[in-house]
Amino acid sequence: MYKILANEPLVPNIHLIKIEAPAIARKALPGQFAVVRVDEFGERIPLTLADWDGEEGTITVLIMQVGTSTQKLAALNAGDHILNLAGPLGLPSHLDKFGTVVCAGGCYGVGAILPVARALKGLGNKVICIIEARIKNLLYWQEKLQQVSDELIVTTGDGSSGYKGWAYDPLKEMLEKGGKIDRVFAHGCTFMMMLTSEATKPFGVKTLVALNSIMVDGTGMCGCCRVSVGGKTKFTCVDGPEFDGHEVDWELLAARRTIYLEEEIRSLTHWECQRWYKPIVKVVEV
Amino acid sequence: MPRQDPKVRGKNFKEVALGYTDEMAVREANRCIQCPKRACVEGCPVYIDIPAFILAIREGNIEEAVTILKSKNALPGICGRVCPQETQCEIVCSLAKKGAPIAIGRLERYVADWELKHGSNPGSSSSLLPSSGKRVAVIGSGPAGLTCAADLAKLGHEVTIFEALHVAGGVLTYGIPEFRLPKNIVQNEVDYVKSLGVEIRLDSVIGKLATVDELLEGGYDAVFLGTGAGLPMFLGILGENLNGIYSANEFLTRVNLMKAYLFPEYDTPIKVGRRVAVIGGGNVAMDAARCALRLGAEEVYIVYRRSRIEMPARREEVENAEEEGIIFKLLTNPKQFIGNDQGWVTAMECYEMELGEPDASGRRRPIIKPGSEFIIGVDVVVVALGTTPNPLVPSTTKGLEIAKAGTVVADEETGKTTKDRVWAGGDVVTGAATVISAMGAGKRAAASIDAFLRS
Ligand SMILES: Cc1cc2nc3c(=O)[nH]c(=O)nc-3n(C[C@H](O)[C@H](O)[C@H](O)COP(=O)(O)OP(=O)(O)OC[C@H]3O[C@@H](n4cnc5c(N)ncnc54)[C@H](O)[C@@H]3O)c2cc1C
Repeated sequence: MYKILANEPLVPNIHLIKIEAPAIARKALPGQFAVVRVDEFGERIPLTLADWDGEEGTITVLIMQVGTSTQKLAALNAGDHILNLAGPLGLPSHLDKFGTVVCAGGCYGVGAILPVARALKGLGNKVICIIEARIKNLLYWQEKLQQVSDELIVTTGDGSSGYKGWAYDPLKEMLEKGGKIDRVFAHGCTFMMMLTSEATKPFGVKTLVALNSIMVDGTGMCGCCRVSVGGKTKFTCVDGPEFDGHEVDWELLAARRTIYLEEEIRSLTHWECQRWYKPIVKVVEV
Repeated sequence: MPRQDPKVRGKNFKEVALGYTDEMAVREANRCIQCPKRACVEGCPVYIDIPAFILAIREGNIEEAVTILKSKNALPGICGRVCPQETQCEIVCSLAKKGAPIAIGRLERYVADWELKHGSNPGSSSSLLPSSGKRVAVIGSGPAGLTCAADLAKLGHEVTIFEALHVAGGVLTYGIPEFRLPKNIVQNEVDYVKSLGVEIRLDSVIGKLATVDELLEGGYDAVFLGTGAGLPMFLGILGENLNGIYSANEFLTRVNLMKAYLFPEYDTPIKVGRRVAVIGGGNVAMDAARCALRLGAEEVYIVYRRSRIEMPARREEVENAEEEGIIFKLLTNPKQFIGNDQGWVTAMECYEMELGEPDASGRRRPIIKPGSEFIIGVDVVVVALGTTPNPLVPSTTKGLEIAKAGTVVADEETGKTTKDRVWAGGDVVTGAATVISAMGAGKRAAASIDAFLRS
């Protein structure tokens, strides 16, 4: 059992959840994730570590409420417990002193990019963070990112704040103007990472993306998260989650992410019906 | 032994084999001639005193039978169900030549189930040796790890098991289905190991949360690796990443560990499929096929590239599968998978095969019949080609010799690896094998670790 220390809605649909997990917090590195199972009936879902504190013994994840598991997580309060938490999993991001680095984030990836940017800054890079949201009200963590970057560019789809467009737009502009960018890291939805990779490809700027495949165990045991990178099958959980965006078969990833669309709707409906009558989901220990 | 009717059991996940009644058990025990040869004991990888426990059943002293079994085997309820007795203790039974050997496995199961029903016999502290003050870390809670941990705890050492998943048991929990090995039986035997004083830390992925070296530096005197062979192999043919194609590990994990057969009560989904093809001919393939049937598939095929006699699955399980209506497509091998524009598998192109000269495994080599390609329509495929050890621990442990197949090199008699204070046993050393051979390796390693800790 792992105690929830905080659950704060950051923007509509995205929650910050802080969990007591000293052993994971001590070992976590940027780019890694944890697998969470909320209760006895729960799925195992991967969540990128958005922050951690080895001394305090805590980890922070950002969740976007989409399916049953994330709805369940969002409904928990500080003091509640989740049943299982395994990590830190996956290979850490490949960080080094590259020169000028762009860290692009969208959706929950705005949070996931924070530790990457912070570590890159610590290594002496010039860090430019670009974050995107559909509208102004969906932006979060600007101050936190400001602290770890030399420049923060905000983009919104409707232009209600900052640059009108998506994260790859200013990036493309910089490259077209001949700006020197040595490396790009992108965390976000599949589409955002694909577009970012497409934007940098003509300029040959290596772009690392954190893939968000469906997983079960998260330790390389099942192959559910297999993706094709450079024509080779890889497991996101143990070979990634970070891969070269120019080599990823995006169509395959997008297709594999839809495997359980129908079931996800059924599951959510089932849970909501249950919850309607039993307002509190009891965490049952097995 | 009574079994559920095939038509009924093909639609539920309840145990297929129902077990002996008291009368049946005594009748079977009475057949044992208590011969002086005791070949059965030699046939057992953990040397259970088989004639003695059978005698105890005959005398109506089941409690004594429990004690005899548990002195050698901490997991009799599991072994009684899944051990290949037909190639171990029963094949060498003196009665085997004259007709039917004693059904040792069924009697073992009977004794274990009796204990479960009549209140279990917790590892009483009186049977444990006084504390040695030594600490051992066991990685993995499959049969190898559980056995090694139980034996070391009985010998007075403080044992912690680190398990990556959220439930203990290894393949017994995530792989072998409920209808063949009910999970309450596994849980009960895990509880027995805990009652000996073994601590089990779940959600602990060694190699990530801590490395073996960190455990050794952090106060453990020895480490046993029982991490199994959990990495699935794929065919490496076109279309294998299409939606609807699973590794057997994923399919079985979803069903057994995550209880997808109870979806949506449990949150983890699985694609049921109308026509399911399972590729492979081992126990794992049989289990996957029988799960697919129980989930509600209309037709389930076993696609195997050799013929029936080369199938590595236990005969009993092949028969069970056949009775339930699984269709065997033998001498058939997939060439490629065909998908629709949404990325879902719709069909499988196969070759017909024929058998040539024996290969390295001693079985006749399957050869493609030229021009024999044909198409099978499928919407779910399960690839059950076998597994290799997960590299998480080997790749993060300095000084551990790894063989070509990814297995950890260890002495067969002692389980000692090339790294100081580290032992290994079970599937991680042999590659995918059996429950009982993993247990035997766990036992031998425990003896060797004990000797080392006392020296
Ligand atoms: C579907 C299926 C059916 C089978 N049927 C039979 C049968 O009928 N009869 C039979 O005798 N055998 C059968 N087998 C084979 C048998 O189950 C295995 O040989 C046996 O379980 C091996 O035991 P083990 O302890 O070596 O490993 P496992 O049972 O594989 O256990 C290894 C454990 O280690 C854990 N682990 C791995 N890496 C780490 C890590 N880095 N940190 C922490 N923990 C880790 C795993 O999560 C797992 O729990 C079957 C196997 C399968 C898959």
